[in-house]
Amino acid sequence: MIVGKQKPISEIWDMIKDFKKIIVFGCNTCVAVCHAGGSKEAEILASLLRIKALQEGVDMTVESGACERQCEPEFIQQHLEALKAHDLVLSIGCGAGVNLLSAYTGNTPVFPGLNTEFYGAVQQAGHFIEVCGGCGNCILHLTGGICPIVRCSKSLLNGPCGGTNNGKCEINSEQDCAWCLIIERMKQLDKLEQLFAIQPPKDWSRGTYGGPREVIVEHIAADEKNSVGSTKERKS
Amino acid sequence: MAVEKPHAVPENFKPDVIAFACHYCAFAAADLAGIMRLTYPTGVKIIRMPCTGKLDHLYVLRAFENGIDGVFVAGCLEGQCHFREGNLNAAKRVKHIKTLLEQVGIDPERLAMYNLSAAQGPRWAEICTEFTERIRKLGPSPLRNKRQKA
Amino acid sequence: MKSGSNLERVIRSGKPAITAELGPPMSASPDDVIRKAKMLKGFCDAANITDCQTAVVRMSSIAAAAITHSQGLEPIMQMTCRDRNRIAMQADLLGAAALGIRNCLCIAGDHQKFGAAGKLKGHPGAKNVYDVDTIQLVGILKKMRDEGLQQGGDTIDAPPKFFIGASWTPFGDPMDFRPYNLKKKVDAGADFIQTQGVYDMDLFKTQMEKARNLGILDRTAILAGIIVPKSAAMLAYLDASVPGVTVPRQLIDRMNKAKETASGDKQKAKQLQEEEGIRITVELIHQALEIPGVKGVHIQAIEGEALIERITKEAGLYPRPEI
Repeated sequence: MIVGKQKPISEIWDMIKDFKKIIVFGCNTCVAVCHAGGSKEAEILASLLRIKALQEGVDMTVESGACERQCEPEFIQQHLEALKAHDLVLSIGCGAGVNLLSAYTGNTPVFPGLNTEFYGAVQQAGHFIEVCGGCGNCILHLTGGICPIVRCSKSLLNGPCGGTNNGKCEINSEQDCAWCLIIERMKQLDKLEQLFAIQPPKDWSRGTYGGPREVIVEHIAADEKNSVGSTKERKS
Repeated sequence: MAVEKPHAVPENFKPDVIAFACHYCAFAAADLAGIMRLTYPTGVKIIRMPCTGKLDHLYVLRAFENGIDGVFVAGCLEGQCHFREGNLNAAKRVKHIKTLLEQVGIDPERLAMYNLSAAQGPRWAEICTEFTERIRKLGPSPLRNKRQKA
Repeated sequence: MKSGSNLERVIRSGKPAITAELGPPMSASPDDVIRKAKMLKGFCDAANITDCQTAVVRMSSIAAAAITHSQGLEPIMQMTCRDRNRIAMQADLLGAAALGIRNCLCIAGDHQKFGAAGKLKGHPGAKNVYDVDTIQLVGILKKMRDEGLQQGGDTIDAPPKFFIGASWTPFGDPMDFRPYNLKKKVDAGADFIQTQGVYDMDLFKTQMEKARNLGILDRTAILAGIIVPKSAAMLAYLDASVPGVTVPRQLIDRMNKAKETASGDKQKAKQLQEEEGIRITVELIHQALEIPGVKGVHIQAIEGEALIERITKEAGLYPRPEI
């Protein structure tokens, strides 16, 4: 899931203080799981911002709302009228949500109340770790399911480097050395010899470095391209 | 640097306090205090919860938004929660809410967590008195006269 | 002959090779480089020119290497994977070869977040590259040199002739994987290997034995890393905090004993420990050279380029061979 963290209130306040009618809008998928941007968090943030507005003597109304997923038009559709009735939408969905909402809210700007951090998994309740680099060229079958692109600080494909310190990464003693984890796992799977082969330089063009990406599922996509940012209004 | 903007404390200021008390211990202790005819400040209004673990950030925030001067949460003694860990979760939540209050200019001392057993009627009265006095010294909430309906 | 470099020729001759380090300055002036090159010339066969060590901006390794070369001291250019993508790397390698540089050490590079070792500001917010890793970089150099081809396949008119080096941390975690990690570097094309500083020679011997069993030692030249100790505190720090470095207790005890002989005189304590440090260094050099497969030593004297002359002489390795 996508993991994010709410921006500090002081930063959010600076962004929104000149607006009059604000709605804090959450998303109940990924960011709700990491307790950062769900409907509950939207209510809490709205309350805090109302308190802040009272303190600053700023005349402002702050409401809250949420939808199932901000990254899908079908889910935001029903909220658009309400959103557009405000002069600012403070989205606490991930960046994908902010981008999509912005394409549909017309003259109402959408600001990010959340910093989108990474693709992650739940280590234990309240603890999330980055585990996937979204590189578009997955080699997890060669590394026992442990991603060297993001879990190794140097993205080594032929690790480890010389900086491993008691099984931890040299840049953060709390962080496991991904290559120690990979070697252990491959031993467990009885596949250690696979790590003796040299991995050639990666084709990064299949990831972000190759420019903005898109995926079209041919047997699903409509004949006419309905891409985000299209000026066509969706018919409900 | 003080969290709140300095403001004068009126002489006859009577703090308004909400106490979120758990049914099994704190509320029972409050009952006992009543039976024992113990006196404590009348500004403390009690809201009973099945367990302090039910405490939601919004209960506290809405209370402050509406102008309350102080909030305390009272649960079972640690290790003796009727629901095992409810009071421990509540303690963590209270700690977090304090950091949020500070960020919006409300003194985190206006929020507290206490632990006591059902047998501690006198302790209940003591907590109410102690906390009310703390709030009296802090003065009225900065939002007291600015409250608007949430 | 792969590169014709002095280092290559000394190694091929079978005589023990000595490499040292020259740290470029945080400066646009060549003076410091020239001064250090003069200190090292004649007392080592080639000198590593570090590449933004600890992720701190210093004069680039290529530029400092070119200046060193002009002073008659053979440089070993260093290239980290942190700051350059494969395009910049190959371009820089072509340029370096054109400037007369013949040795290149491929290393991953200290991560910029960890950088400056807490003493300087550095650039922790910089976007690092790590387009390729060390082993892939070794492969790139080999392909350029032996096939005259760029990594992407385009041809190179005059291939750069480098003597290709890589580093090895024999005691890093997980220790039992390190010989295989070394094998990958050698398979990729590493002609010479400089190890992380070794103090525990017995442990080093066992790792070298494993390397021999993998058939590596006759395909590459291992230069044992020797870090010149300056004080008991430094040894304790290296043992506790530097990954892959273990220091036997008795060496720390020796340094402490030297310190105590000064009976509180700080100046004298410093001097006595430094003297003991040189003695230990010379012993370590001899012990390392006795290990089968070790073809030389790489001496690291942090900000101590001036010590190399003395160490080389006291180790009985002066004058350096001219081949």
